[in-house]
Amino acid sequence: MSNVNLTINGGKVSVSGNATVLEAAQAAGIYIPTLCHHQGLAPHGGCRLCLVEVEGMRRLTTACTTPVAEGMAVKTDTPQIQQLRRNILELVLSEHPHACFTCDRKERCGPLDICLRNVGVSERCVTCPKNRRCELQEVVNYIGMPEMTVPYTFRGLSVEKDGVFFDRDYNLCILCGRCVRVCQEVRGAGAVAFTYRGSQALIGTAFGQPLYDVGCQFCGACVDACPTGALVERSAKWMGTPDRQVTTTCPYCGVGCQLDVQVKHEHIINVIPNKDSPVNKGQACVKGKFGLDFVHDGDRLTSPLIKKNGSFVEASWDEALDLVVRSFSKYKGGQFAAIASAKCTNEDNYVLQKFVRAVMETNNIDHCARL
Amino acid sequence: MAGLATSFGSGAMTNSISEIGEASCILAIGTNTTIAHPVIGVEVKRALRGGGKLIVANPREISLCRMADIWLQHRPGSDVALLMGLMWIIVDEGLLDLAFVQERCENFEVFLDSLKDFHPKFVEQVTGVPAEQLAQAARMFATSKPATILYTMGITQHTHGTDNVLAIANLAMLTGNIGKPSTGVNPLRGQNNVQGACDMGSLPTVYSGYQSVADAKAQQKFQEAWGAKLSPTPGRTLTEIIEAPNLEPIKAIYLVGENPVLSDPDATHVRKALERLEFLVVQDIFLTETAQLADVVLPAASFAEKDGTFTNTERRVQRVRKVIDSPGESRPDWWITCQIARRMGAKGFDYQNPEEIMSEIARLTPSYGGISYQRIEQVGLQWPCPTAEHPGTIFLHKDTFSRGKGKFAPLQYRPSAEQPDADYPLILTTERSLYHYHTSTMTRKVKGLRKLRSQELLEINPSDAQKLGITDGQTVKVSSRRGQLTATARVTPVSPPGVVSMTFHFAETPTNVLTNPALDPVAKIPELKVAAVRVEPCRPEQNAPAPAMAGSR
Repeated sequence: MSNVNLTINGGKVSVSGNATVLEAAQAAGIYIPTLCHHQGLAPHGGCRLCLVEVEGMRRLTTACTTPVAEGMAVKTDTPQIQQLRRNILELVLSEHPHACFTCDRKERCGPLDICLRNVGVSERCVTCPKNRRCELQEVVNYIGMPEMTVPYTFRGLSVEKDGVFFDRDYNLCILCGRCVRVCQEVRGAGAVAFTYRGSQALIGTAFGQPLYDVGCQFCGACVDACPTGALVERSAKWMGTPDRQVTTTCPYCGVGCQLDVQVKHEHIINVIPNKDSPVNKGQACVKGKFGLDFVHDGDRLTSPLIKKNGSFVEASWDEALDLVVRSFSKYKGGQFAAIASAKCTNEDNYVLQKFVRAVMETNNIDHCARL
Repeated sequence: MAGLATSFGSGAMTNSISEIGEASCILAIGTNTTIAHPVIGVEVKRALRGGGKLIVANPREISLCRMADIWLQHRPGSDVALLMGLMWIIVDEGLLDLAFVQERCENFEVFLDSLKDFHPKFVEQVTGVPAEQLAQAARMFATSKPATILYTMGITQHTHGTDNVLAIANLAMLTGNIGKPSTGVNPLRGQNNVQGACDMGSLPTVYSGYQSVADAKAQQKFQEAWGAKLSPTPGRTLTEIIEAPNLEPIKAIYLVGENPVLSDPDATHVRKALERLEFLVVQDIFLTETAQLADVVLPAASFAEKDGTFTNTERRVQRVRKVIDSPGESRPDWWITCQIARRMGAKGFDYQNPEEIMSEIARLTPSYGGISYQRIEQVGLQWPCPTAEHPGTIFLHKDTFSRGKGKFAPLQYRPSAEQPDADYPLILTTERSLYHYHTSTMTRKVKGLRKLRSQELLEINPSDAQKLGITDGQTVKVSSRRGQLTATARVTPVSPPGVVSMTFHFAETPTNVLTNPALDPVAKIPELKVAAVRVEPCRPEQNAPAPAMAGSR
């Protein structure tokens, strides 16, 4: 599709004709707050925070559902829009703890400080597992909430612990519906849905059954989509912000999902499927998302072992390698074989086959491609 | 892979993962995609959301069947008949892409001749799929374009696995579904770097980039690059390394990151063969069942503790990056191998880092010629990528096949090596669980995954279970001509009558003591998908308590 030209806040933008106003703004680096929009999901127009003004349109329109058109003039930040967004956000926050936005100590409070201000336990920023890495916080910070006129209602729900790798605390849920839609639209599992109506509305499983019994595959797509602390990986729950994040390739199947692995205190605490990868586009499966713990297992081999009288004895690299070298030297040619690994890197495999062919003088090398 | 190389000249997934979501029709045969490759399952669902059609061919009622427009429930091992039956109907009704066949392919007449034997009535008899349903599937596949075919081990792990693959290639060529976006023949690779291990020449017959060891030019090139005399005699395949009664016995094995005691067919035999060796070195991250047999065990760094690259199923070379330090004295595999080589006095093993190895790979491997760490920093490149300017290849065989013309293969139906009989009346087929991976060396170390699936389950149809007096959760004895074990029965209609299935994830229930090591004559792949077995209930006092979470999705 050919490109169309429009202006956003007076600046010229050129995007593909099938983009939405939101995508056009994102491409131009202009931030429009949104809570229901998410990668891979069909435009929803549910949260109403992305309202923008389009010249010639009678009313404000949601940027995520409005397709771009030639010559369109969009404003994303007029005083009227700002006021509307604050009103909407206030309603969203009426059932979400908001001390983390309004408390005047939030910048000075350290992780070990006792909460001194008169904030209820259910409302404290330190009792939210996503404090300081929360998408809702980002949106509020952008829109700005000088004060709340609607009081906070605590839902008083108990935390659902059936997620195996993640907990569901619907006291923190803002009903954006991302988890429902990603589970249905993208993963095709349909394990969670909206339950009840009106002020009673909540996310849940059919008849409140455990996730395992309603077709959940524990892929964690809902957790990755959640903009609040309602769905959080248990491994990362009270770990705060990670020390660093490294993008690497999943070690399980042949799809090669790109994973952003988060590390704290030299431990993998969380895995976020990479959003920019053309391979997995922000998705992963239960093994890639939650199954990398094995690298920290206490049974990992940490020293070379040599078998003496039927049992293994720890040895130094020099001892072990010298023994290997002495023995291998005796078996050059057809008596020697190597079994390579489809789990190892290209570089590992290349060096191994070079070793077998150039040093051991045989082509006896294979791996388990056939299994 | 051997099959695809025969038909097209290149054995790899022809198209890319992200193209699957744009297909008008998907034929998924011998693949439990949503379980074994969940993220490709997401692409399949994307295609369906866009109005695409899905045809599933599988003896078991896998979860993909629920989304399918047509589910062909053929008998295990009857894939050639099923596929040839589809093609019989496509040719009979004139739905083939004759222009593509004439322009791009060869050997069509010979193939047509062999197709005569596959009248839908015969196919119905062999496969159990009604002729009318077969015709519907044939029409759907031939008329919805672009159409793509996905397959995995359900196709290859048979004594006629190569024939199965050739049949799939025939179908793609017959309908002109190759060399275009969202088409193709797409084997989904099971292990993270099985494509890369093949590409790198961890195979007995080829150097990196599939350059034959028997080819004098290639031999010359690598001799010069490596400064060593190289043998032009092809080496042994994995199964021949483990055992080859007629060849010189193997006395020493250097085994890296594999667990053949659990993964290979007829596992009892494998264990004995490894115990007979004079010297066995195992290099791994855990003390696996196989490592326990070793004379020397070398501790390796895991994927998270080293730099390098993996090549995924769509031929994309992607970076692996060091995330954390490796524990204790463990070291990257390349480092260990280089140390051994250097201590044996060899030259050319003094790499400082994996990037230096990649530049040597690029220098000596035409299809990786343009790949460097710098270029794949953000997004991986898909080979063939011969030069530093080449953008990589999204789908293969665009204007011409790697071998020139696509070659149709005449085929005949051959039953599986082992058929059920009075002593062993059921067919055992192997599968995988969503929650575990291969021999579970990694996944069983993860608490949550252990909780979701803690033990082996033998899936059996309610009608068979009733006949044998087996109830859900009961402990049963499973025996084949090669061995026996006990497992917990899960009575479920997912398994068709006459067929039982097990995974091979659990060391205490080593399914592969049952499976048949009979090989495909070309690809040397063992027939893990069909073995004749007998299932008997154990006496009540031997019953284990039913598992808390007995599901197996």
